[in-house]
Amino acid sequence: MRYSFLQLLKQGLSGQTGWPPAWRSPEPKRSYDAVIVGGGGHGLAAAYYLARVHGMRRVAVLERGWLGGGNTGRNTTIVRSNYFFPESARIYDFALRLYEGLSKELNFNIMLSQRGVLNLAHSEHDMELMARSVNAMLVNGIAVELLDAKQVRAEVPLLNFGPGARYPIHGGFVQRRGGIARHDAVAWGYARGADSLGVDIIQNCEVTGFRIEGGRVQGIETSRGAIAAGAVGLSVAGHSGVLAGLAGFRLPIQSYALQAMVSEPLKPMLNTVVMSPATGMYVSQSDKGELVFGGGLDLYPSYAQRGNLPVEQTVVAGLLEMFPAFRRLKLLRQWAGIVDVCWDYSPIIGPAPVDGMYLNCGWGTGGFKAIPAGGWLMAHLLATGRHHDISAPFDLSRFTTGRLIDEAAGAAIAH
Amino acid sequence: MLLIPCPWCGPRSEPEFQFGGEPATRPVPAAEVSDAAWGAYLYVRSNEKGPHRELWCHAGGCGQWFLMERDTVTHAVLRTHKPGAAA
Ligand SMILES: Cc1cc2nc3c(=O)[nH]c(=O)nc-3n(C[C@H](O)[C@H](O)[C@H](O)COP(=O)(O)OP(=O)(O)OC[C@H]3O[C@@H](n4cnc5c(N)ncnc54)[C@H](O)[C@@H]3O)c2cc1C
Ligand SMILES: [Zn+2]
Repeated sequence: MRYSFLQLLKQGLSGQTGWPPAWRSPEPKRSYDAVIVGGGGHGLAAAYYLARVHGMRRVAVLERGWLGGGNTGRNTTIVRSNYFFPESARIYDFALRLYEGLSKELNFNIMLSQRGVLNLAHSEHDMELMARSVNAMLVNGIAVELLDAKQVRAEVPLLNFGPGARYPIHGGFVQRRGGIARHDAVAWGYARGADSLGVDIIQNCEVTGFRIEGGRVQGIETSRGAIAAGAVGLSVAGHSGVLAGLAGFRLPIQSYALQAMVSEPLKPMLNTVVMSPATGMYVSQSDKGELVFGGGLDLYPSYAQRGNLPVEQTVVAGLLEMFPAFRRLKLLRQWAGIVDVCWDYSPIIGPAPVDGMYLNCGWGTGGFKAIPAGGWLMAHLLATGRHHDISAPFDLSRFTTGRLIDEAAGAAIAH
Repeated sequence: MLLIPCPWCGPRSEPEFQFGGEPATRPVPAAEVSDAAWGAYLYVRSNEKGPHRELWCHAGGCGQWFLMERDTVTHAVLRTHKPGAAA
């Protein structure tokens, strides 16, 4: 069903009883041309583009839990493309451009709000480094603006400009096209789009092994039986190491908990995304009025989807230092997702060490913004067996050649 | 919050410690190590879901390094011991 104002009116008049499910829940078939493991944003987007761009219809997405129940539904939804290296700017800006047209393309409102992303500098040295980053971004073709303290104050007057500020604000830079989007809507919109093109989306179906013959993947073992597959894509984020283990190889990825939290809802008072690398926090205000905020990774590897107290304290302390007015707010919820961190904070996209198997992982703390691109590039790999030139630099081989794309050094905060 | 038994100081709280990664053994001799082996040494770890061997430093205490076995799912500290002590 196409969603429209007329449809809304019609369904409203009939008591909202006529809406069909947004996607089917089919039984898995015995064989598919392509199977994607992981029903997060990346997996669902790959399935959608496989069907829409490459015309492949015998495609399944296997998700062990529910759609978007991994990091896609746990993230703080910041989208931006202000990266340091040209390879990164290319891939993230490709994603942002797809995001800009996505609500229309999917006929599903992903609530993209390009309210800007403001990064703060807290010393003269920060300002110098920031000017260097801004120059790199401009050379990459990404429009960003360097702001002095007065300009930052005019944009976000609630920030701590008091005489006793522990981290005085010296300036910042902003990407106006950055912002936030609705995470569930991205997963659901791609799922609905893929389903309408014939893709089978299968939830509660855990992948437990692979059938590999002569170095080539032939099929998948799942909690709902064996499935033969022409090509297999892995988009399982924090569980990439576990799935790689099942397929007999290892990855340069470590799994960490990344936490986030929300406050009680407030009237609108923060109209942009603010990131403060020095105090280890970032914040935005959701459409419901809650402050959504987070910071860095928990300090040791984890598969527990909950955050630890020391990092939570750092994040809250950072928030209150930056916004003294938030001191009396109550925390509503706190949670974590298991993120797949590469040493250079860039993703791994490309063929796996097993023929017929492809990787789209290692997005770590910042892969929500990349979902349309990750899906697009994975679809290209699954359909053609070859890299798109945007994904080529992100091949697994960079950990042997040493040609890393070190955004950890380049990009300060990583979400 | 973890309660970590430092083999030298006894149980102390998590913020006193620094995680030092999973131990890896440097391949030698350098001139004969392939790019693949060197890349694996630098970047590839077991990333185990379950019991996991790790190096930790009691940075805010005695400053000593030690080994710890910790469950990455439950975060239970299974045991800690001094480097060199039987693994
Ligand atoms: C707290 C937090 C804040 C974040 N903030 C931002 C942000 O502001 N901006 C940004 O760009 N990014 C952010 N990220 C990162 C972003 O959420 C992820 O990079 C992105 O969502 C990854 O999408 P994915 O589809 O690859 O993984 P996921 O959404 O995690 O999907 C992977 C799926 O694989 C499934 N799976 C695992 N094992 C199996 C199996 N054996 N069989 C079948 N299915 C399996 C899981 O159940 C899961 O649903 C944040 C992450 C967290 C945790
Ligand atoms: Zn000690």
